[in-house]
Amino acid sequence: MKAVVHVMLKAGVLDPQGEAVKSALGGLGFAGVNGVRQGKRIELDLDDDTSEAQVTEMCEKLLANTVIESYRIELEG
Amino acid sequence: MRAAVITFPGSNCDRDLVRGFALAGFETVSVWHKETSLPSGIDVVGLPGGFSYGDYLRCGAIAAQSPICQDVAAHAARGGYVLGICNGFQVLTETGLLPGALMRNAGLKFVCRSVPLEVINRESAFTSGFGSQTEISLPVAHHDGNYRADADTLSQLEAEGRVAFRYASPVNGSDNDIAGILSANGRVLGMMPHPERAVEALHGNQDGAAVFSGLAASFVAA
Repeated sequence: MKAVVHVMLKAGVLDPQGEAVKSALGGLGFAGVNGVRQGKRIELDLDDDTSEAQVTEMCEKLLANTVIESYRIELEG
Repeated sequence: MRAAVITFPGSNCDRDLVRGFALAGFETVSVWHKETSLPSGIDVVGLPGGFSYGDYLRCGAIAAQSPICQDVAAHAARGGYVLGICNGFQVLTETGLLPGALMRNAGLKFVCRSVPLEVINRESAFTSGFGSQTEISLPVAHHDGNYRADADTLSQLEAEGRVAFRYASPVNGSDNDIAGILSANGRVLGMMPHPERAVEALHGNQDGAAVFSGLAASFVAA
């Protein structure tokens, strides 16, 4: 099975990279970009009997720093 | 009076840190991150600067899961001293031994220069060596030194005198210009500036020496 973990900075945490991308898009002439947030997508190739609870534990222990980041898990068959 | 300096794959200030401790009179040993326990009789653990695990995932995140870090946490829980510098500070926030997080510099650039600092807490073992000196200068060299914490944590750090050092002017976007913080018991210090790069005459600046000599003096006094 595969799991995809999306890690994003929490709302309210300044994202300097997202801000730089936003500014670069403005510089290229793209109007109407009101905000950019940059995150990570982590793809895990897992044994079929891996539980969602185990993936959650992976996120809590290593994949996300929950002080500043939130995560979302998608399990794929 | 014994210090252990941990070397992670990608550490590059470990030998400088050994030298910093040794100059202040510590018997100093280097410890590889795969070790599961610290040598006996260690008073201070140093977590050095560098780029452990290539800064993959997040700076310090993978090093924080190293076998030795469990024993470093146990050492801290027993009231042992821990000094984390630069990447070592990032490891300390990732292990949860210090609150908050170190994010990408607000200006997105790697900052590598000497910066003026204010010594805010002058009572901890790490900072008492500065005496009445409140303005010092130390080198910084980092890409991710932007200290962030929620408002409650920041007010707690300020109210409890746990801000050890503050940048005299903004360097990387850190909340409250925080350059270094202490644990609640004052025995764990994380700081982005590099005191170990300013300890002897050839460095051209010896402001960092007081961190190590102050710590050494606290053991003598005890």
